[in-house]
Amino acid sequence: MIRGFASRTGQMLLVIFGISVLVFAIFFATPGADPTARIAGRGASPQVVARIRAEYGFDRPLPVQYLKMMEKLFISRDLTSFVNHGQPVVPEVLQAAPVTLSLVLWAAFFWVSGSLVFGIASAVLRDSWVDRLLMVLGLVGLSIPVFWLGEVVNLVTQSRWHDTLLFRWVPPLGYVPFSQSPFGWAKALFLPSLTLAVAFIGLYARVLRSELLTAMGEDSIRTARAKGAGPVRVWLWHGLRLSWLSYVSLFGLDFAQLLGGGALLTEVVFALPGVGRLTYQALATLDLPLIMATVMYAAVFVVVANALVDGLYALLDPRIREGRHGG
Amino acid sequence: MEAEVLLKLHHLHLELSNGTALLEDVSLNVRRGDALGVVGESGSGKSLTAMSVMGLLPGLRASGSIRFEGRELLGLKDREWRRLRGAGMAMIFQDPMTAFLPVRSIGAQIDEQIRLHERVSRREARARTVALLGRMGVPDPEAAAKRYPHQLSGGLRQRAMIAMALSCGPALLIADEPTTALDVTVQAQILTLLCEIRDSGAGVMLITHDMGVVAQTCTHVAVVYSGLVVEQGPVAAVMARPLHPYTQALLEAIPPLDGPRPDALPTIPGRPSAPDARPEGCVFAPRCRFVRPDCAVRPALREVEEGRRVACVLYDA
Repeated sequence: MIRGFASRTGQMLLVIFGISVLVFAIFFATPGADPTARIAGRGASPQVVARIRAEYGFDRPLPVQYLKMMEKLFISRDLTSFVNHGQPVVPEVLQAAPVTLSLVLWAAFFWVSGSLVFGIASAVLRDSWVDRLLMVLGLVGLSIPVFWLGEVVNLVTQSRWHDTLLFRWVPPLGYVPFSQSPFGWAKALFLPSLTLAVAFIGLYARVLRSELLTAMGEDSIRTARAKGAGPVRVWLWHGLRLSWLSYVSLFGLDFAQLLGGGALLTEVVFALPGVGRLTYQALATLDLPLIMATVMYAAVFVVVANALVDGLYALLDPRIREGRHGG
Repeated sequence: MEAEVLLKLHHLHLELSNGTALLEDVSLNVRRGDALGVVGESGSGKSLTAMSVMGLLPGLRASGSIRFEGRELLGLKDREWRRLRGAGMAMIFQDPMTAFLPVRSIGAQIDEQIRLHERVSRREARARTVALLGRMGVPDPEAAAKRYPHQLSGGLRQRAMIAMALSCGPALLIADEPTTALDVTVQAQILTLLCEIRDSGAGVMLITHDMGVVAQTCTHVAVVYSGLVVEQGPVAAVMARPLHPYTQALLEAIPPLDGPRPDALPTIPGRPSAPDARPEGCVFAPRCRFVRPDCAVRPALREVEEGRRVACVLYDA
């Protein structure tokens, strides 16, 4: 157990190291591009350029540059954005993180409950018109680009029908911290997270439906029926128990990549100052230190989430706990 | 006095929703303390027969009659059937590896069945589970109950399966090829266990393709071919003097224990007809060595001797 945990942590660190090297290489060691000029931003004075070159060690070999960069990111945490007039990058990311976390938590709540309801309903009523309707709706949800949906939601709830009874409660775009007003926090995040969740509801409902139907053909389900278990028990207790492994792994990955900035479009459209929007701004102004910081932040989240999913797997399936699959 | 008839299938007919008949005419009896072996090759409908007794075949149309303890089961509401399943009659399956839910301990799965049918506390259910496992010869039953199916050997798994089937004291135990997935020594142990269950007064219906298993365990045998019962009788009599040509051919295909080893075992030429292409007359006629013109009319299953019934024109008076 402890050994497994240690080796898992070691693997995680190794992956994060690899990603950091890769990201560093892409942004700072690309031949023919001078990172100094890029960090300084457009139209920086020669003095600033010289200072940056010395500070980041761009006049020294690549490994030293890499170490310097990592030191600034993780240890001294004084990496600053020059485009943005010396704003420290790391606090900026840490400030944006709770916004993204709130948004994604809400979205996850919607997409898990939505896909459970739709997935189970269409599996139980398979091949009926309800099933077909739900699956078509799921496909539609899956295919709607989230930025377009977000714009339409904004159009409807912020301007067109904002004064109607239905949408009068919708707050202006932006974020309200939980500490300031929990109710305002929920109101501000309701529509953005629902918008973000639509595509996931479609995808997860489809996955759950097919997994459930596969599981229902298993011998153990026949045993459950032979024991005298009723349909509700067979579907929800035995069927779901068998089918949520791939659901969980999918969830872990999606959740992590959204936390790491994958909700970029939603955050931009709804003006939520999260990590995605930060990345978007950094890309728009080519703010290299900020890009570096957000990408590393995202990588850490994805890797940690992966490890958590593996742990959850072991909890859900005793066969994996012992490191063997199948029979 | 004859023992009470526990299960009586009378002209059971089962068809797909498109009208293809899977079982054409299955009639058989299981009495308390009897073990009926249902023998037939793959696809003959022996498992279907078992599943239809359990009411586990939604989507198939059944007609005829299934009487269990004097009660007609066909047409029963699912809720009522469910109360019987697991309590009045229980089933054990071919492969105990896949028949158990792989992600829960076997103890939890046996507890579940007990608690589905009886209002007992978790602790009582577990105590009964452990006692049952012990009675089935599982060593250290308390620890075994906490284990997952993949952590037990095939034989132990099947014992646990039988313990689960017996957990609510069923009057009828249906075993669908219970030993096919096991090796021979374990098979013998499981069959002994089935004999003990039979001796304790329950009725056993053993589905198998293995005549040896039938000879070892059963009191009666029903030979199924292509969705029909073609011969039925006490095991000893059928083994000693099979009447139906199909039964004769089946028994000839078993290698002899003594004497010189034959170069090749006799086989039955041809293959069983598919459910949608069954002959009008006797279903075995296309492969039968005694085939004659009047086989074109399907013979009924008739009693030809005391306790023995056969469906063949050879025995028409």
